[in-house]
Amino acid sequence: MSAFVFTPENEEKFAALLQRYPQKSSLTLPSLWMVQYQEGFISEDAIVFLAKKLETTPMNIYSVASFYTMFNLKPVGKYHIQICKTLSCMLRGSQEIKKHIENRLGIKAGENTKDMKFTLTEVECLGSCGSAPCMSLNEAYKENLTIEKIDAILDSLA
Amino acid sequence: MIVKIVSKNFDIPDSHKLHVALKHGRYTSLEKLFSMEPAEVVEEVSKSGLRGKGGGGAHTGDKWKLIPKNHPLPTYLVVNADESEPGTFKDRQILEFDPHLVIEGIIASAYAIGANHSYIYIRGEYVFWAKRMQEAIDEAYGAGYLGKNIAKSSFSLELTLHRGAGAYICGEKTALLESLEGKRGHPRLKPQGKEPEWFFGAPTVVNNVETIASVPYIIKNGFEAYRAYGTDNSPGTMLFGLSGHINNPGIYELPFGVSMKAVIEQIGGGVLGGKELKAVIPGGSSCPILRADEIENITLDYESLIKHGSSLGTGGMIILDESVSMPLAMKNLFEFYHHESCGQCTPCREGTGWVDKILGRLLTGDGTQEDYKTMLGACDMLNGKTICVFAPSVAFIANSYIKKFKAEFDALCKA
Ligand SMILES: Cc1cc2nc3c(=O)[nH]c(=O)nc-3n(C[C@H](O)[C@H](O)[C@H](O)COP(=O)(O)O)c2cc1C
Ligand code: SF4
Ligand code: FES
Repeated sequence: MSAFVFTPENEEKFAALLQRYPQKSSLTLPSLWMVQYQEGFISEDAIVFLAKKLETTPMNIYSVASFYTMFNLKPVGKYHIQICKTLSCMLRGSQEIKKHIENRLGIKAGENTKDMKFTLTEVECLGSCGSAPCMSLNEAYKENLTIEKIDAILDSLA
Repeated sequence: MIVKIVSKNFDIPDSHKLHVALKHGRYTSLEKLFSMEPAEVVEEVSKSGLRGKGGGGAHTGDKWKLIPKNHPLPTYLVVNADESEPGTFKDRQILEFDPHLVIEGIIASAYAIGANHSYIYIRGEYVFWAKRMQEAIDEAYGAGYLGKNIAKSSFSLELTLHRGAGAYICGEKTALLESLEGKRGHPRLKPQGKEPEWFFGAPTVVNNVETIASVPYIIKNGFEAYRAYGTDNSPGTMLFGLSGHINNPGIYELPFGVSMKAVIEQIGGGVLGGKELKAVIPGGSSCPILRADEIENITLDYESLIKHGSSLGTGGMIILDESVSMPLAMKNLFEFYHHESCGQCTPCREGTGWVDKILGRLLTGDGTQEDYKTMLGACDMLNGKTICVFAPSVAFIANSYIKKFKAEFDALCKA
């Protein structure tokens, strides 16, 4: 028995989405999103639950989930900072911004703080090259970053 | 230089809301649209010469004509809002400031190809823009612009927004469809001849957001009005981007055929901090790089860039000043391509990683001539041996960096 179940709201959403696609398997990504919003990450239990719901194997769900970088297969911190490292941002100083965040949080990109308050991840182009350097904090874009801006943002996070 | 067709409403406050959009011309193409036969709409778009803005520049009308008549399965229109090509950030402006223009374009395009359901596949990171688009979709349903009998016509259309989850390759149309079917985003093998795309075996058109957003103007004003801008082979306008070392980064709608240099200087305000221009990546990172002395006579249209050994791509120009180390810029891009290779083809999955590693060695001073040769060999392997064009484009761009800035690479190699 899998311990994960959808909330009633997610069950409702799932049923509504089922009407909008020619085949059930299209619900794989939307369902993984629902799991991630519900639990914060994609647990093995949830994978087993989804496999049943989508009439496929847990391995198949896992294989899809692991292909997409935005699905967290492990828990992440309360604040997930994803800083863009690609060219337009690099040209505008993203490396210095990253180092500054690493120093302030005492972790390297790819790590969580011990208290699980912060996770820092380096990501590829966020589609924000015209307002580089750029990062996403949980789901909100923060653009035209400077050291001062980063300090203000980090100071404001309780 | 600026011409506002797609970006006409971008500066209007609250332009994304239906009541404002309606005041500024949105959905006014529908009356004319529904007075035309679908085949006439396809013909009008064909004659306009509209070319896809997702990077390939395919003729939109020709693509629409590939949809078979009387196929037993329904036809689908899929809008590509995956926008992940480094240097590209144009579709998000349309989604942010004029989502109803996207819906209006979807109605026209779906009507033309006979689709009653359309999907917008939006990159997972665009949470704000997905929300914005979904609000517009909900408003459009409420006002009868989506759903049954749109604007009292006999045409019905469902529109569903579908979020990706972080994978550059899902912008490639067949990988996108695999992803929409709930699988890993693995590009499909391409057929020999011309075919439409297939979503669960049903005939499908995949078009970029900006392509779709260009359609209402053509319907409303006719193909000749669109052709009044741009050049013969690159008609109309495109949302060009400027990023990197430039004073005024941003998105600017320009007619095709304007001088690249003039755009950089006059609209972009020149190189940041008054430094010397070293190079330009013309249309997203997958386009071969151009040295400053090569851009002198380049105009922003498909033909001119091909003539000069590169391509127009998405129109997202990345400006690099004199201080940039080209091996470092190339390494940055190879980290990207290595990370984003879908992994199906060995030369692509492994080759991009090798080149990244070797560049790393060169940059830390431990590289040799032998490394340099291995790197050239790995780049060679990327070309012509893979399922999709991802790897060949990486090979082309690698060559452009190495050949055009050879001295910088040589300087990094020990004996
Ligand atoms: C590796 C790769 C990535 C791509 N990424 C995108 C993208 O993010 N957005 C897009 O519209 N087209 C992208 N394309 C082009 C699509 O495959 C497709 O040609 C396009 O969406 C068709 O629409 P259009 O004819 O309206 O341009 C990409 C192509 C390749 C090979
Ligand atoms: S060329 Fe690269 S991205 Fe394209 S299918 Fe092969 S491995 Fe995937
Ligand atoms: S390079 Fe950072 S957002 Fe595009």
